[in-house]
Amino acid sequence: MSVEAREARQPWILLSPALTAVTFLLFVPLLFIVVYSFWLRTATGADQIGFFLDNWQEALTDRFYRDILLNTLKIAAITTLVCALMGYPAAYFIARSKGNKAILLLLLMLPFWISYIIRTMSWINILGVSGALNTFLLWVGVISEPIQMLYNEQSVILGLVHFLLPFMVLNVFVSLDGIDTNLEDAANSLGATRWQAFKQVTLPLSLPGLAAGGLLCFVLGAGTYITPLVLGGATDAMFANLVFEAIITQLNWPLGSALSLMLLAVLGALVLIYNRYLGMAQLMKGLG
Amino acid sequence: MTGKMDNTTRYERLRERYMNGDLDRRSFLGLIGAAGLAYGVQTPFAKFAHAADVSQVRFDGWGGVVSEALRENAFQPFESETGVEVVDGTFGGGDEYLSRVKASQEGEYNIAHLSGVFDYARYHNLGLSTVLNEDNIPNLQYVIPKLIDVFRNVSDGKLSCVPYDYGTTGLAYNRKYISDEEMQEKGARILIDEAHKGKIGGWGDWRTRIWYGALQTDQDPNGATDMEAIWDAIRTHRDLSLKYWGSGAELMSLLAEEEIHATEGWSGRIFALQEQGHDIGYMDPPNGYGWQECMFVIKGSPMEACEELLNFMLAPETAIAVAEGQNYPPALDPNKVDLGDKIPTLPAFDPNGTLDGLTFADPAYWNGNEQEWSKKFGRIQKGY
Repeated sequence: MSVEAREARQPWILLSPALTAVTFLLFVPLLFIVVYSFWLRTATGADQIGFFLDNWQEALTDRFYRDILLNTLKIAAITTLVCALMGYPAAYFIARSKGNKAILLLLLMLPFWISYIIRTMSWINILGVSGALNTFLLWVGVISEPIQMLYNEQSVILGLVHFLLPFMVLNVFVSLDGIDTNLEDAANSLGATRWQAFKQVTLPLSLPGLAAGGLLCFVLGAGTYITPLVLGGATDAMFANLVFEAIITQLNWPLGSALSLMLLAVLGALVLIYNRYLGMAQLMKGLG
Repeated sequence: MTGKMDNTTRYERLRERYMNGDLDRRSFLGLIGAAGLAYGVQTPFAKFAHAADVSQVRFDGWGGVVSEALRENAFQPFESETGVEVVDGTFGGGDEYLSRVKASQEGEYNIAHLSGVFDYARYHNLGLSTVLNEDNIPNLQYVIPKLIDVFRNVSDGKLSCVPYDYGTTGLAYNRKYISDEEMQEKGARILIDEAHKGKIGGWGDWRTRIWYGALQTDQDPNGATDMEAIWDAIRTHRDLSLKYWGSGAELMSLLAEEEIHATEGWSGRIFALQEQGHDIGYMDPPNGYGWQECMFVIKGSPMEACEELLNFMLAPETAIAVAEGQNYPPALDPNKVDLGDKIPTLPAFDPNGTLDGLTFADPAYWNGNEQEWSKKFGRIQKGY
């Protein structure tokens, strides 16, 4: 075998374990879900094998699913915006700090050492009626009755921001860290104020990182299931909860499959739009 | 005595060893990979292995104090006596578990702690039932006959389970905010009382919501005639509720933390709260929701080993110890077995052994409407 041929084969050999895993653990199950979405659930809970469009018709035409999907996208968008507003200054501070960058990044990653569910549930002890915040406010006399802060849409967004903020900070940090600080100095030397230099030089250059962080926050936020379950009220369900309910509570795997593919299609479309205009390279940098 | 582990616990222990530095990364990853490979290779063929000596039976239950009581009082003594390992898993609800069983290989799951005859009927109708050899379960003679008969009626006179305990889903209320007199006066309507807006809870289970909707609209829970009135009651309850709870642990936490003042609740869990010193009242309203739990043997299980375990669990000393631990009365007939001092104090306990005071869900009625009602409740729950 020639050297060229061997070199051409080498990447495929190296990639084969990953490709095998992706094929069998992602594409094959996804294919099962596609097939399932055309079956029907019978009255006993058993599946009727065949090619039926009923689930797709219901998922695409029923206002209920459309409304919950739109509400899910709204919650994900608000979460992303809050993450961007909170995450950018934090990322800027870390990127411009001298010497202790590694420690700050380590602190940023610390929450990942604790289970996501535990982190979400910790808000109950903080914001609950007998939680730390209410207890403190009662103690200092600011309030006379505990305030109901949990089990509403705001507490769901809070839980999501808590979960997703590090993803935003990391992506923006990677972007800011790659910007030559001499550019800001050059802008300053040409008469720009610090704010003008930031606005006209640093911010535009860091936008790809912000967009990558935004995409990650949005996609992860829109697909969440635990947070509304733990921190949401009676009516604060998101689209993933509908999938769970169809599959687990109603034992309607075919409808659940159609709903999950619908969510996948919407979020996939967003990723494709992002890729079309900004490319995936920045996202990979942030994830790396 | 060392408790036996399921795969999750095994993984957690392995991970702990790795995190503690007792295991290098290469060995950790190697063991995880080997475990995954072994599982993937053996699972499809597991069902063919039943002819061999059975060394393991899998049991799945409700977790929390219920599982603890079973492990301590039934499984560990059984393992010591027979050498058969009982792998103890948990689930959050019967619906979730049914999905797991549906997705599993035959023989992967063996015994489940099912709630209600309607669940038994669902499993039977999905072809997941077995036929128990009752000669291998002599302790079945101690069980309240009425509890056995309802299961026989579903599966053509045969049994795929043994009744194990019973309880109620009654009204739980915090006495600091709601008096016993108010509860007696309002009954199930306390859950749709504007005066307690934001301090009401409820189980996010469609059957329970419809059952209580029927009580709130003065209808027979096993034969409602005006479903629209029930859906309206459910909507009212939803709008006044702080949260639907999803597990016994969450129910106990919401009541103990005073996040909610009134909800329906499981009798044993409320008794556990009372034992912990919380001033929580419990009341079964007229036609309150009674249920009987059973130990169901799933198709493809090693039958003799399962029957031996069920017989062991039904032995009066075992069943009483488990009942005292989980706070639900056992299925044992008080006319045949002396149930001791604690059990007669448990909520829902029937000293006559007839269970005439409890109303159980009619499986044909509830399962016949399950598809439509579970879906409709899902929508109402989310504000529709």
